Amino acid sequence: MTQAPERTSDQDDLPPVPEGHVRLTIDDRIVDAPQGELLIRTCERLGIVVPRFCDHPLLDPAGACRQCLVEVEMGGRKMPKPQASCTMTVAQDMVVNTQMTSAVADKAQQGVMELLLINHPLDCPICDKGGECPLQNQAMSSGRAESRFVEEKRTFAKPLPISDEVLLDRERCVLCQRCTRFSRQIAGDQFIELLERGAHQQIGTEETAFGEGEDFQSYFSGNTIQICPVGALTSASYRFRSRPFDLVSTPGVSEHDASGASVRRDWRRGTVTRVLAGDDPEVNEEWIDDKTRFAFRYTQAADRLLRPMVRGDDGELTETSWTEALERAAQLLVAARDGQGPEDEDGHRKQGVGVLPGGRVTVEDGYAYAKFARLALRTNDVDARARVGSDEELDFLGTRVAGTGPDHVSFGALEEAPAVLCVALEPEEEAPIVFLRLRKAARTGTAVHHLSQWSTPAVVKTGGRLVRCAPGDEVAALGTLPDAVAAGLAQPGAVVLVGERAAEVPGLYAAVADLGARTGAKVAWIPRRAGERGALDAGALPTVLPGGAPVADAGARAALASSWGLPDAAGLPADAGRDLGEILRATADGELAGLVVGGVALDDLPDPDLARRALEAADVVVSLEQRRSEVTDRADVVLPVAPVINKAGSFRNWEGRDRHFTTTIDPSGGSAGRVGGTAATTLPDCRVLDTLAVEMDVDLFTQTPQATAAEFARVADALAGHRTRDAANALFAASRRSASPPAEEQHVETHAPALRLATWRQLLDGGALMAGEPELAGTARPPKFRVSTQTALRLGIAQDDPAELEGPRGSLILPVEIADLPDDVVWAPARVPHPDGRVVTLAGLGLAHGGPARLTGGSRASERSSS
Amino acid sequence: MTDPLTPVLTKRWLGPESWTLRHYTELGGYAALDTALQTFPDDLIALVKDSGLRGRGGAGFPTGMKWSFIPQAKPGEEPTGPAAKPKYLVINADEGEPGTCKDTPLMMADPHSLIEGCIITSWAIRAHYCVIYVRGEIVHCIRRLHAAVREAYDAGHLGKNIHGSGFDLDIVVHAGAGAYICGEETALLDSLEGRRGQPRLKPPFPATAGLYAAPTVVNNVETIATVPSIVAGGKDWFRTMGRERSPGPKIYSLSGHVERPGQYEAPLGTTLRQLLELAGGMKDGIPLKFWTPGGSSTPLLTDEHLDVPLDFEGATEAGSMLGTTALMIFNETVSVPWAVMKWTEFYEHESCGKCTPCREGCYWLAGILRRMVDGEGTEADIDTLLDVCDNVLGRSFCALGDGAVSPITSGIKYFRQEFVDLCQAQRRHPEVDRIVELSGASA
Repeated sequence: MTQAPERTSDQDDLPPVPEGHVRLTIDDRIVDAPQGELLIRTCERLGIVVPRFCDHPLLDPAGACRQCLVEVEMGGRKMPKPQASCTMTVAQDMVVNTQMTSAVADKAQQGVMELLLINHPLDCPICDKGGECPLQNQAMSSGRAESRFVEEKRTFAKPLPISDEVLLDRERCVLCQRCTRFSRQIAGDQFIELLERGAHQQIGTEETAFGEGEDFQSYFSGNTIQICPVGALTSASYRFRSRPFDLVSTPGVSEHDASGASVRRDWRRGTVTRVLAGDDPEVNEEWIDDKTRFAFRYTQAADRLLRPMVRGDDGELTETSWTEALERAAQLLVAARDGQGPEDEDGHRKQGVGVLPGGRVTVEDGYAYAKFARLALRTNDVDARARVGSDEELDFLGTRVAGTGPDHVSFGALEEAPAVLCVALEPEEEAPIVFLRLRKAARTGTAVHHLSQWSTPAVVKTGGRLVRCAPGDEVAALGTLPDAVAAGLAQPGAVVLVGERAAEVPGLYAAVADLGARTGAKVAWIPRRAGERGALDAGALPTVLPGGAPVADAGARAALASSWGLPDAAGLPADAGRDLGEILRATADGELAGLVVGGVALDDLPDPDLARRALEAADVVVSLEQRRSEVTDRADVVLPVAPVINKAGSFRNWEGRDRHFTTTIDPSGGSAGRVGGTAATTLPDCRVLDTLAVEMDVDLFTQTPQATAAEFARVADALAGHRTRDAANALFAASRRSASPPAEEQHVETHAPALRLATWRQLLDGGALMAGEPELAGTARPPKFRVSTQTALRLGIAQDDPAELEGPRGSLILPVEIADLPDDVVWAPARVPHPDGRVVTLAGLGLAHGGPARLTGGSRASERSSS
Repeated sequence: MTDPLTPVLTKRWLGPESWTLRHYTELGGYAALDTALQTFPDDLIALVKDSGLRGRGGAGFPTGMKWSFIPQAKPGEEPTGPAAKPKYLVINADEGEPGTCKDTPLMMADPHSLIEGCIITSWAIRAHYCVIYVRGEIVHCIRRLHAAVREAYDAGHLGKNIHGSGFDLDIVVHAGAGAYICGEETALLDSLEGRRGQPRLKPPFPATAGLYAAPTVVNNVETIATVPSIVAGGKDWFRTMGRERSPGPKIYSLSGHVERPGQYEAPLGTTLRQLLELAGGMKDGIPLKFWTPGGSSTPLLTDEHLDVPLDFEGATEAGSMLGTTALMIFNETVSVPWAVMKWTEFYEHESCGKCTPCREGCYWLAGILRRMVDGEGTEADIDTLLDVCDNVLGRSFCALGDGAVSPITSGIKYFRQEFVDLCQAQRRHPEVDRIVELSGASA
């Protein structure tokens, strides 16, 4: 929109001012700017840098620091005072003189800079921000060489921990309020505020003000460190670790959730020292959550796997060469695939191998798993969902989600939507970047509704619109939505967001699809893990081929066979595949002989015990892992694979947008790529699978992520015509094996009245990627049970009392909080890390969302909790 | 010379139990209200506009014009935007300007004139909710206002269907928490809303998005207390007092070295010479040295300015401002640098901290002045003072910073020699010696 022609003596030559624009003069240059644009932005577009501190394009203007003063002339008259260009909007015929052309503006800026520095400690040499500090830079560009200040500086105790992760140095603070404005406007977490006044004004928390109170508890606190224009807010994990100019910065993509947030990884000597938010207006704007920011040390963990291992005859895993490990794995897998393994007493041989890639794969790795399963293992028994899934979900994903892109529903569409309904999705816990965009939308008029059990922080911070229902009753609730919600969803542009947890409620996916059809709202699916969406499109699911076509579609199989260079479709398995539960059950029951397992933590699975039995029963377990796990402990061959920082690839985010990234640290890149002092030769899963397949006499052509991506794109194009949007299409149903056996009826002893359980995971719950980050764990929301007042009264439990949640396979003790749940419902976090490193999952206790559970309080729980 | 006093606001002050409703009513109180309630609101706004009443809080903004900025629904049309929102009247009774003592005695002695003014103003701007934001320290005054509001409710002057007119109004007396900045109207509104009292970004102005983002008039106590007399006496009567562009009476509060300090209500344009005469002259006959026309935020004046007409124009022409007509009068025994230091320490203490120039500038200026008064200043400090003042004046977020530098720049303008004299014994900055010693340069 910018036009900055040379000033001509005759302004009549200029084209007319475009609609909705004004024409003004800045530093003698004529410019057209959209109405309402802030002067400082117009200056930016002209390449005129006006110094500033409080201004941030994503925060409401404050005008607090006064660093950006410029001279403004309106109607031929100079305004008597210089104006803050970060708060003044452009106007027709305005004449602006910045420090470049106005002595007054220049002196005003220099004066403000000198004032900013009088109480600043000037400790750049020991400050984390030194070298990338707007204050330091602008003091050079707009400041005096020497200060005239000889008085005593104001001092404060420092640093002040305002959370486990964020430290505050009040002396360095220039009180620009970016952090408090971010917390209030963007995150909605009002735990930091300005305190005191005058020169004693400071940033603080309830605790710093009164000696007690709540910490700065936020999933987004790290953003305040990044947008702090001085060194006042520093990261406990990065503090004093390095200088910015010693770091190599590599753009990347978050591996922590399905949003595909853009990040910047700063590293040196083979080690990532920090992760910062990248700037991507279409996805994460300039924000990331604390898990994405702080959870990166898992790649440096002591149990990181760097060499292949093979289990010897002594039953011990020993490190070996890639060649030997791959040969051994291929030999075992071929035998398992072909049913040539050991016979049992009845002379029965197990046959077949199931593939569990895990939900964190890149698109390329997911494609390689999908192709490996079908070509090397000749099976459709592949399922990337390391969680509760359902047949209904497979149909939903295949017909509604596969192949959709950002033109269907995007972050931007959420912002524009008149109404959004979240179903089986707790955005702040399960997709924090989506939460931020929903909050932004809610602040500008979008009605964000949540179908949930209680007013969680995310519900409150996105406008407090809760459609409350008991767990398991979601389907009925969707059928009887309040009129206001249904009417909202009927408006053009409305969106229904459904989370992966919909699989936990029978009929919910169908009800969501039906709701979309009924109201015209667009339906988008948001899984929790980064790789699930890519795995779907890549065909790493039992009913879906790469490109999103149903397995039962012979035409699709033929197209795929031709794309893969097979003589005919007979080379591809036509049988319906087993899903996660079926693979594990078949393995445990002695049908399947082997498992190829990617990044799967058994505790995350719907039935961890079944998984353990399956691993015990399997003749062959080949594990592709980054770190030692329960799976590697039972594996016959362990193939170390590269974490995201050591490979290139892409995540397909929930929008269907491909988020490409390059290698951050190249393990083969000499001393620069050494990991923790050890030369790590880990490879991407796709490369490992490619070589493994070669050992099995199959070519996958997935040697590199780049080659894989190119092939996947080609295959997806070839199969695009076979995708179906018809939910009634029988091909997906035909792609499934017979319906899974009904869950075993679980009997809960009824000496205490049974409640219904509502549950989902919290963002920071000791997941595998959070290893080595004690500060981050310290900012987690404390795990608690939640019940309604009535239920608490009935059970005789008071707020903060410990209570015991019992399931068929164990119990869990946590404090209780009263919340606005329906009566006779208890909410519990799905995964609770224990200080001793153990993890308790509700699935492990035999409990599930919507199912019965028993909660007891009082003295018994107190005794147990103290013991 | 005739008696220059024109008791309008102060005429009831000396009566027995002047603050009671009975006393106020006996002297004709609440009669103007009936007149007003029978007048079309727009005509009331026009009346106040024509009377020439200007805000008594310091800036002198024409009151009627301020009221007319409130967006009102057009007859027969469905209101949209701000016009569709409720309107609010907020009375700024956070009297905190050093030397100012006019609103407090008014509310103590004659609270019903303010309440009647509030009702008339609310009728004019079509507000049904009015808040009197009172400085938190004047607890006695808050108690008296509470009692007066209660009396007014009991008498049917407040509440539903006032005087049978169908007009409803509630008044809430709200106590501030002791911050000077909350006298700034937008900071006051934030404080009222329960937020941190710091000035808001303008636009939007309170007239379109004030209290709870609804159209709001914020007026000073004295301004609104004047309204009933205008309704009762008419604009022509009002204009018999004061000057063409600054008509009406004004409460001048005299403090300092005068024989009889206190409140003197006289027409705008009265001079200090006249006021001193009323107050019995300088205390003990010691001659006048300097004075402020309207609190410490208005540049100080000297004995050259005894005949400056104290109205908005006159004070400005003399290089100062009328401010709150808080005349602080100092005789020859007072050191200007000392007085300026004390004032600056006040601003250092009261700067809200929001913007850099005021927050840091006041801290620095107070530091320099303290050092100078301690005899450790240099002549270079005077230049630094002036330059820092220049970097604060017109650069800060609100007018607090502008006010803070007024005593310094005007003090140096009229009494530079006093500052220089303080530095005579101190040719060399003490810091220089310390640096020389620390660096070992003297060895």
